[in-house]
Amino acid sequence: MLWEVEVEGGDPAADHAARALVAAADGLGIPGIDSARTATGWLIETDLPRADVERIARQLLTDPIVERCTVRAVDGGEGTAPAGLPTVVRVLPRPGVTDPAGDSARAAILLLGSPVTAVRSTRIVRLPAVDAAAARRLAWKTIASEAIHDVVVGPLALETLAGGRTWRFASAEIVLEGRTEAALEALSRERCLALSVAELAAIRDHYRSLGRAPLEIELETIAQTWSEHCCHKTLTAGYDHSGPDGVRRYDNLLKETVFAATRRIREALGARDWCVSVFRDNSGVVRFDGDHDICVKVETHNHPSAIEPYGGAATGLGGVIRDVLGTGLGARPIANLDVFCVGPPDTPPSDLPAGVIPPRRLLSGVVAGVRDYGNRMGIPTIAGAVAFDPGYVGNPLVFCGTVGIMPRGTATQAAVEAGDLVVVAGGRTGRDGIHGATFSSVELSSASESQSGGAVQIGHAINEKILADFVLEAAAERLFHAITDCGAGGLSSAVGEMGATLGADVDLERVPLKYAGLSATEVWISEAQERMVLAVPPAAWERLAAVAADEGVEATVIGRFTGSGRLVLRWEGQVAGELDCHFLHEGRPRLRLESRTGAAAAAPLVWSPGAVDLGIGGCLPLLLAAPDVASKEWIIRQYDHEVQGGSVVKPLLGPGEGPADGTVIRGVLGRERGIVIGIGLRHRLGDLDPYRMAAGSIVEAVANAIAVGADPARLALLDNFCWGDCRRPEPLGALVEACRACHDVALALEAPFVSGKDSLNNVFAWTSPDGTRRERSIPHTLLITALGQVEDVRRVVTPDFKHAGDRIALVGTSGDDLAGSQLAAAGLVAGGTAPAVDAPACRRVFEAVARAIRAGLVAACHDCADGGVAVAVAEMAIGGGLGAEIDLAAVDWSGAADHGPALDLAVAFAESPGRFVVAVPASAAEAFAAALGAIGMAWIGTVTAAPEVTFRSRTGAPAVTIPLDHLDRAWRTRSE
Amino acid sequence: MLSPRVVVLRAPGTNCDRETLHAFERAGAIGRRVHVRALARRPALLDDVQIVCIPGGFSYGDDIASGRIFALEVRTRLGDALRRFRDRGGLVLGICNGFQVLLQTGLLLADPDGRPLATLAHNASGRFVDRWVRLRLDPGPCRFLHGVAAEFDLPVAHGEGRFVTRSPAELDRLANAGQLVLRYTADDHGVTTNPNGSAADVAGVCDETGRVFGMMPHPERFVDATQHPAWTGRLDPAATGAGLALFAAAVRAVSA
Repeated sequence: MLWEVEVEGGDPAADHAARALVAAADGLGIPGIDSARTATGWLIETDLPRADVERIARQLLTDPIVERCTVRAVDGGEGTAPAGLPTVVRVLPRPGVTDPAGDSARAAILLLGSPVTAVRSTRIVRLPAVDAAAARRLAWKTIASEAIHDVVVGPLALETLAGGRTWRFASAEIVLEGRTEAALEALSRERCLALSVAELAAIRDHYRSLGRAPLEIELETIAQTWSEHCCHKTLTAGYDHSGPDGVRRYDNLLKETVFAATRRIREALGARDWCVSVFRDNSGVVRFDGDHDICVKVETHNHPSAIEPYGGAATGLGGVIRDVLGTGLGARPIANLDVFCVGPPDTPPSDLPAGVIPPRRLLSGVVAGVRDYGNRMGIPTIAGAVAFDPGYVGNPLVFCGTVGIMPRGTATQAAVEAGDLVVVAGGRTGRDGIHGATFSSVELSSASESQSGGAVQIGHAINEKILADFVLEAAAERLFHAITDCGAGGLSSAVGEMGATLGADVDLERVPLKYAGLSATEVWISEAQERMVLAVPPAAWERLAAVAADEGVEATVIGRFTGSGRLVLRWEGQVAGELDCHFLHEGRPRLRLESRTGAAAAAPLVWSPGAVDLGIGGCLPLLLAAPDVASKEWIIRQYDHEVQGGSVVKPLLGPGEGPADGTVIRGVLGRERGIVIGIGLRHRLGDLDPYRMAAGSIVEAVANAIAVGADPARLALLDNFCWGDCRRPEPLGALVEACRACHDVALALEAPFVSGKDSLNNVFAWTSPDGTRRERSIPHTLLITALGQVEDVRRVVTPDFKHAGDRIALVGTSGDDLAGSQLAAAGLVAGGTAPAVDAPACRRVFEAVARAIRAGLVAACHDCADGGVAVAVAEMAIGGGLGAEIDLAAVDWSGAADHGPALDLAVAFAESPGRFVVAVPASAAEAFAAALGAIGMAWIGTVTAAPEVTFRSRTGAPAVTIPLDHLDRAWRTRSE
Repeated sequence: MLSPRVVVLRAPGTNCDRETLHAFERAGAIGRRVHVRALARRPALLDDVQIVCIPGGFSYGDDIASGRIFALEVRTRLGDALRRFRDRGGLVLGICNGFQVLLQTGLLLADPDGRPLATLAHNASGRFVDRWVRLRLDPGPCRFLHGVAAEFDLPVAHGEGRFVTRSPAELDRLANAGQLVLRYTADDHGVTTNPNGSAADVAGVCDETGRVFGMMPHPERFVDATQHPAWTGRLDPAATGAGLALFAAAVRAVSA
């Protein structure tokens, strides 16, 4: 029998969700909804009598002090509705969708000693008398997601929560022989394989030599293994590239650019090489202290997040956490970071193509996803950024990163040995996330929401937490030879990769399922979350199983690594598929691509007439309130950024709670060595000049880290390329140019890349109201993450001004760099060329600033990025609760353009890379200048006790003074 | 006297166990992290222990409500063992999720039938918040607060921390009994730092004996000056943080 328990807060004033619904109805133009109530619902399937269900409801599901509950049989009518709210709407997880709260409730009810079959958690909304269509529309636009929910208005017609019948073995051949190119293309599209015609032809030829057609499960395995997501075929392709410097040939772009820089840096370091394991494992590993190495990985989860922001972002974070857990013999995750690129928050609904989630709702959703997953895992989210651009409407970018720490000597996995058991541990397998690897490699369209629902996974953070506890305990006891996470491609990728040379025999019916009915192929490629695969020596199995039981983790032997070089998949003893490992991993035809870039367009710099009228007094508050710059407090405070106790420099700091540059945590509690995270993202330059965009992103990430005191000789970099349409030579040309920049700048800074990931074909396709088919690529985007180290966290420096009277220096070279700036984004200036990066000069600046910080000469330091010197000074004032006097005439200006009356604006807001604003105690000024040596530096002002910021003109115009609370308010204007 | 022994209890989703143990160790205790299942199998693990701490986290994902399932597990599997532990003089500390657990197990503020007299409801803002607050204490009988500064800063990080009693009279009774030992207070600008709308600004309460104490703020996150959000250039980086004093007070209380 099916029961419903409705749990409602006793105080309607505390029903925030109801208020949000009323406001949303108003915004959507749905009339008649002037009040609402929301409640949590529990559907409980059990043979227990009503009295027992009522006891469960009271003892377990309801807080007796602030909540009340109602119990009803599901077929027993609706009871009495609250006065004025006769319409009832229920939002239920679709059958098969992960329901962590329902699972937990079931476990708890069993603990109470009451037998129940199944429990599902629901949301119940009560509305005034409105028609069902309006109620449904409101639910879909606010609390329900088409990818994972059902919405029911009125009585619930449901008898059971059970679903699925046991699958009966069958295997299907997919005939490739005799298909035309068009037919092969159609096959790839219909089955969501994301294989090219050339790849399908290679598969056809391979099976021709075997004298048979591929089976569905075999073709799916190949598609997953050969997906862009799993093997980066575009970045590792050969290129014939015509660039600004002529034609150049690459046999493997990534290897000859990004990897090559790392190799040369390591060779030059020789015995001092501090890289441990790079571009090999699930994350990049570098040396930390005498006993520990640290590792880092950043992933994207763009397409799933576009469809289901909450689940997409949460599982994106879950995946990268497992990458760190699955590095070497297991690393402990100690910090997360997240970066989102979304459409502008105020994009009018008329500018949103059908099927696109509005940017504001999307951002709320991804923030909530990261919040709930990261907080539940107990990993502090310490760093992040949000970038807004119309190019991300429809195809947002969601980057999630994790830093881990591991004992020295465990960064390299032992070899998998023939005879090792294939063990899957963690969550159960369901139909969730089928085709995630291949789906992320194809373009999004307005129909994606309905077509690809299966590709969206829902995270279950507590399953991942206990999985992590289990993995780290098993790692400490050395109970496995190798481990990898079950991410894109599911078991097919994880087992395939671990058994790439040995081969494996897998009994798919042994994989624990969430519900019956999955076919062998579905079990094999499902991307159900929170699972890892381990290679376990048979002698260690008993102990491993005991550790798993202690932590409450399900661990199951599903096969054996064999040494046959073949991947044999069985279902109850019958062969369901058999693949040759060599063909699977080496048989993919190499891509050879043509790429092209012209000279960057050089438009003259043009000032908007309004800019000079606004002046600094008008422009500075405007830029502080710009979405990219404005305080992200509403996001940061939702994340636990202090759990694990290692926090040293937080994302908001100083008495005024201003913004940080790099953030810092201790690596090991009780020790002084620290880990620094810096982030660089110059997406506004991507379409202007991809080389300079990439170079600028690297310099920004490194400057973030240097500003807090990171050691310039211990900076590791990560790249995350997110590109649009990669089918044409021009965007590919931009990709090549960005890779070249990574090579050149990394080498110049001696900062090796240690890991990376790409997400290509970020294209949104839709049909406009007039019936034309349209497409939009995202701006070329390269996220750079810098992983730095500080010797002693007690000596770090933060941007907030500390004392009135400190002198303010601007370090680095300032020029006409306004293209792609915040001032340009605000429409106040246009044209110009993307800022050039003189990487060797930047390196000298970085080393000089680091020297001065180490010598204890710096009271506050902020890198100059979005909004230039003026925004940097304003942020330092906000954080410190102090003012400043700045003389723009003192800036050492190397600009060549004629800015006329806008010169002050150019000097205040240009975004020349590799600069720092530094506050220095007056007594240390001389020593600071000496420490900088030949580095370009100018004293541009003083910190003041008066809470206002003054800018003196370099053109003789009157000085401009802006009250600090005015700046502070502007910076804090933006909220969710 | 030997160093006091501490058990930091964990359940699936507990996540502040390591730094809480670190804080106790810094205060001079010897401790271990113990899974609730292991303790249920061997309650004798508590025999040579003087302090039990239920640390912060999201036990069981906060599914249903914060601490609900962990509390059920403690009540059904460990209730007697923990009551005996308290009655023989042991100290019990619940931090954040652990405070939520203590209230729901009936170990702290329960009526004679074991039913809770107070709860920690959703924050008035309706959302999780990580920020620093200023606390004022009135130690009364609380063993964790003797010798601790009268006012200090600590971080909070929770979505369900709004202290609500069964009735207004109950709140008065607790106040008169001196059990509302820790309250949110105003910052330097005179602005309240109550982050969740708690009745009477309550941040922590103890039982009549002063041996069972629950608090929403995280003392284990302020054992070093470098954990404060405004330490750079303002606090001595080698100094300890105010939170360490609570652990030290507990260690002193059981060493005396």
